[in-house]
Amino acid sequence: MKLTLRVWRQQNADAEGAMSTYEVDGISSDMSFLEMLDTLNEELILKGEDPVAFDHDCREGICGACSLVINGDAHGPERTTTCQLHMRSFKDGDTIDIEPWRASAFPVIKDLVVDRTAFDRIIQAGGYITAPTGAAPEAHATPVPKPDADFAFEHAECIGCGACVAACPNGAAMLFTSAKINHLNVLPQGAPERETRVLDMVAQMDDEGFGGCTLTGECATACPKGIPLVSITSMNKEWLRATRKVARR
Amino acid sequence: MARTVWDSSVGKKTVMAVSGLIMLLYLVVHMIGNLKIFFGPGEFNDYAHWLRTIGEPFMHYEWTLWLIRVVLVAAVVAHATSAYQLSRRDIKARPSKYVHKKPRADYATRTMRWGGIILGLFIVWHILDLTTGTVHPGGFQEGHPYQNVVDTFSTWYGNVVYIVAMLALGLHIQHGFWSAAQTLGAGSRTRDRALKTTANVLALLLTVGFLAVPVGVMTGVVS
Amino acid sequence: MTYTDYETGEPVLDTKAPSGPVNERWDKRRFEAKLVNPANRRKHTVIVVGTGLAGGAAGATLAEQGYHVVQFCYQDSPRRAHSIAAQGGINAAKNYRNDGDSVHRLFYDTVKGGDFRARESNVHRLAQISVEIIDQCVAQGVPFAREYGGLLDTRSFGGVQVSRTFYARGQTGQQLLLGAYQALSRQIAAGNVEMHPRTEMLDLIVIDGRARGIVARDLITGRIDTYFADAVVLASGGYGNVFYLSTNAMNSNATAIWRAHRRGAYFANPCFTQIHPTCIPRTGDHQSKLTLMSESLRNDGRIWVPKAKGDTRPASRIPEDERDYYLERIYPSFGNLVPRDIASRAAKNVCDEGRGVGPGGQGVYLDFADAIQRMGRGAVEAKYGNLFDMYQRITDEDPYEVPMRIYPAVHYTMGGLWVDYDLQTTVPGLFAIGEANFSDHGANRLGASALMQGLADGYFVLPATINDYLARNPHQESATAGHPAVQEVLAETEDRLNLLLSVDGDRTPDSFHREVGELMWEFCGMARTDAGLRKALERIPQIREEFWRRIKVPGTGEEFNQSLEKANRIVDYLELAELMCLDALHRSESCGGHFREESQTPDGEAARRDDEFTYAAAWEFTGTGRAPALHKEDLVFEYVHPTQRSYA
Repeated sequence: MKLTLRVWRQQNADAEGAMSTYEVDGISSDMSFLEMLDTLNEELILKGEDPVAFDHDCREGICGACSLVINGDAHGPERTTTCQLHMRSFKDGDTIDIEPWRASAFPVIKDLVVDRTAFDRIIQAGGYITAPTGAAPEAHATPVPKPDADFAFEHAECIGCGACVAACPNGAAMLFTSAKINHLNVLPQGAPERETRVLDMVAQMDDEGFGGCTLTGECATACPKGIPLVSITSMNKEWLRATRKVARR
Repeated sequence: MARTVWDSSVGKKTVMAVSGLIMLLYLVVHMIGNLKIFFGPGEFNDYAHWLRTIGEPFMHYEWTLWLIRVVLVAAVVAHATSAYQLSRRDIKARPSKYVHKKPRADYATRTMRWGGIILGLFIVWHILDLTTGTVHPGGFQEGHPYQNVVDTFSTWYGNVVYIVAMLALGLHIQHGFWSAAQTLGAGSRTRDRALKTTANVLALLLTVGFLAVPVGVMTGVVS
Repeated sequence: MTYTDYETGEPVLDTKAPSGPVNERWDKRRFEAKLVNPANRRKHTVIVVGTGLAGGAAGATLAEQGYHVVQFCYQDSPRRAHSIAAQGGINAAKNYRNDGDSVHRLFYDTVKGGDFRARESNVHRLAQISVEIIDQCVAQGVPFAREYGGLLDTRSFGGVQVSRTFYARGQTGQQLLLGAYQALSRQIAAGNVEMHPRTEMLDLIVIDGRARGIVARDLITGRIDTYFADAVVLASGGYGNVFYLSTNAMNSNATAIWRAHRRGAYFANPCFTQIHPTCIPRTGDHQSKLTLMSESLRNDGRIWVPKAKGDTRPASRIPEDERDYYLERIYPSFGNLVPRDIASRAAKNVCDEGRGVGPGGQGVYLDFADAIQRMGRGAVEAKYGNLFDMYQRITDEDPYEVPMRIYPAVHYTMGGLWVDYDLQTTVPGLFAIGEANFSDHGANRLGASALMQGLADGYFVLPATINDYLARNPHQESATAGHPAVQEVLAETEDRLNLLLSVDGDRTPDSFHREVGELMWEFCGMARTDAGLRKALERIPQIREEFWRRIKVPGTGEEFNQSLEKANRIVDYLELAELMCLDALHRSESCGGHFREESQTPDGEAARRDDEFTYAAAWEFTGTGRAPALHKEDLVFEYVHPTQRSYA
């Protein structure tokens, strides 16, 4: 396949960026999207040009590092991560636009690489269960009903890639934040910190400069792990419950 | 608690949801009242008069009406202020657009902000037209709402403004009602369909109900 | 003196493992270890490199104990370490099934599975701690699979006869890692851990014989800085990426452990690599990495190749009597369920004979037609649906219709920095945990044991043993940037990067990585020979020389430069590869993942030579391209007596 790529190039956080156009030839439909970019980069290096910077690591759809907006879609046309997108989703002669995640809470570092440490700070605000090593009771001391365990797992699947933010017209991090809150708040182990967790994480999310939710559903459509939109609803419910409870204390 | 709510994006959304639902409840009542116009000037004018005497003798003349008006103004102000602040925040959170543009979300969702502004302007016109009579075409007659309504919908612009606003209202409610349910945590996977259906039915009923009046005037059913 | 003329130095005598009954040794060691007064702990700084299961768990636990932790990862977030990709599960001797499991049985299975090349004391400790890990993870909210009664579910894994593997669907590694990451996040928020993401360790600072810090590069700004501490913990993972194609993450690398090795830490058993039989084959030269599929597939799939060489007919057109179900034929009693190393080697053999299938003939069929006929498509879907989907997404072939194609791939490295019972390397104050060390798996790791070892080291072992070092080496005046040793390391690092940038040759970093990787795969992969290894040992210095002549790294060092990161990692692969080949050459026996064609039983199985090789080979660095010195740690088996494996 022969393709035209229009790629966002930006030297560093402070520089102006722009789309640059490249032609790539000899692309096999078995290649992953990132392998196609590898091919481009190999050519650029040999030509003495700066290769395109992009985040990637495990290349099996679980680490959450890869983060490209392809033809306007976070992670491209298939419901998967960029690394698991294959070139058979495109056809010979296509022009493909490749851009970084766009959100003021995710500033561009270089080209297609953005800074997602805001997500880490949201987790630091309360996305954990306080369980110092060595203090754990026997694992079977507290049975967890299977539906609750399954609910927790479904939300724990979030890979923290940020596609939800990238897809949201408001740059909101509600889906990411709600996934962690729902995972931990449904478990009996998470109960003691249930209220502080949701209040602190939502406050941190606001402080990071993410937008609010207008329930467009774009986040859930883009999520490679299928975290449902209703996850946000559950978080809202938790937040209201916590606000009432804390006010009564 | 008020501080927590107002400072948080989730809290402001709650304010929007609650104020929106208050307005929605009012609209349902308002729409049903409007339909009385099809039963002639007598019944319609009597109904308008009754609105001013609700709660008598416990309440003085127009007290209840004013109470409703105060609540409604508070709801509109809270709704608009939250919407404005949240929108500012949203725009700031996503300053640069994607070069590759794609139509996003459905029409009702995308038009919430513009729809809200249209409705805000409409409310102002609507009050100046039929409550205070300031911009009423022809002579505004206090206590004769039937004639006032007929006058308004006898002008082309009166019809246009009203019809556009009611279509915007339908769209706004369609996404707004469902959205409010999510904000208040009432949504769930099993309930989603029911909520969406309710939103659609509400939006349709209100739009059709409100539009019946200008259509009635235009077709001569009401004159 | 050539590289292969290594000298055998002093044997390693003191592993610090206590004597006495094996099940009392860990208690004994913990009791003998000195403690640091809680009030003094915050005055001690510990550097932790890496945030995978071992590093994340260690950072969080040390910070909980009161130490000041400075932690590094090259990823943009500590949540992305490659432990996240582990699918299968984690072993623990809980015996919840009442099926005869015990700490002793897990200990026994692990020593035997490691083909008698692991230290008994360490393995027993691992088995003891395994039960605490599950408690710890459940308390953190790790959503393990549960049964309807609300209790934890387990399954049997990797041919073990008891059901001791805890799991979270096919994402156990992810869930355990996020648990550790969250615990670490709590400590970051509390100010006890100073986290440096996107910062890569480039060298170790050793002052007066003790590890006192690291040199690291901020990958965003390119700034090279020194960081000082009272002890350094390496949790930087394995070195499978030497092979270019592996199931490791693209940026997993050996720099931290190799640089530590160059500064005096012995490297043990570098040739012990695990090759996993059920990976998706490569599709062409563009292939950048390989994806593993759970080996549970072998429970119902039948592995075969055509009987005739060069048969290019599609699988459906090859009649039953022209198919060779070679595992069932050669190993009638175990069939398709033989251990990983045997399944991998058999696949290589049939492909070498020219009977491989798919592009390039590098693949064998894993056929579910019989299973679908026997169990029905629904049952197969329920059991393997997510794996089938993954396969279809990558290959665009429907495994319900045509047989899957699989091929072995490098997956895990059992070798690593030599550590004693305290997980301390031969450089005092330098510790290595998780896959970065060599300790617990011997010559072959059992399924679902990597997660167990990483968390055991990070949560329980290191936090108990590092106290002893810190207590015995009381806090000294902080090493300063002005110390000549520091300036030297810093200058060396800067020079190396500048040199990489200044060569301006005509080959990309990837082209060298691919070249050395293919060489290693061919000669130091699934089957190794004296002649092949010697050929590789001849070729590697040539590649290294060419590398420094022809490498092209665009850009500068003072910016985000992924080519520079890559090239610098390859510098270390080009040295580590040489040591791996030498280790493989010197160990002229077959054991576990290390198969020397010269050492096999009459029926073609791996033949250990216990009288000569019952030791861990710890190599001491003497200079680039110079023969390292071999130090042997003799392995003593008091509880599990070596037997030859047989699966025929």
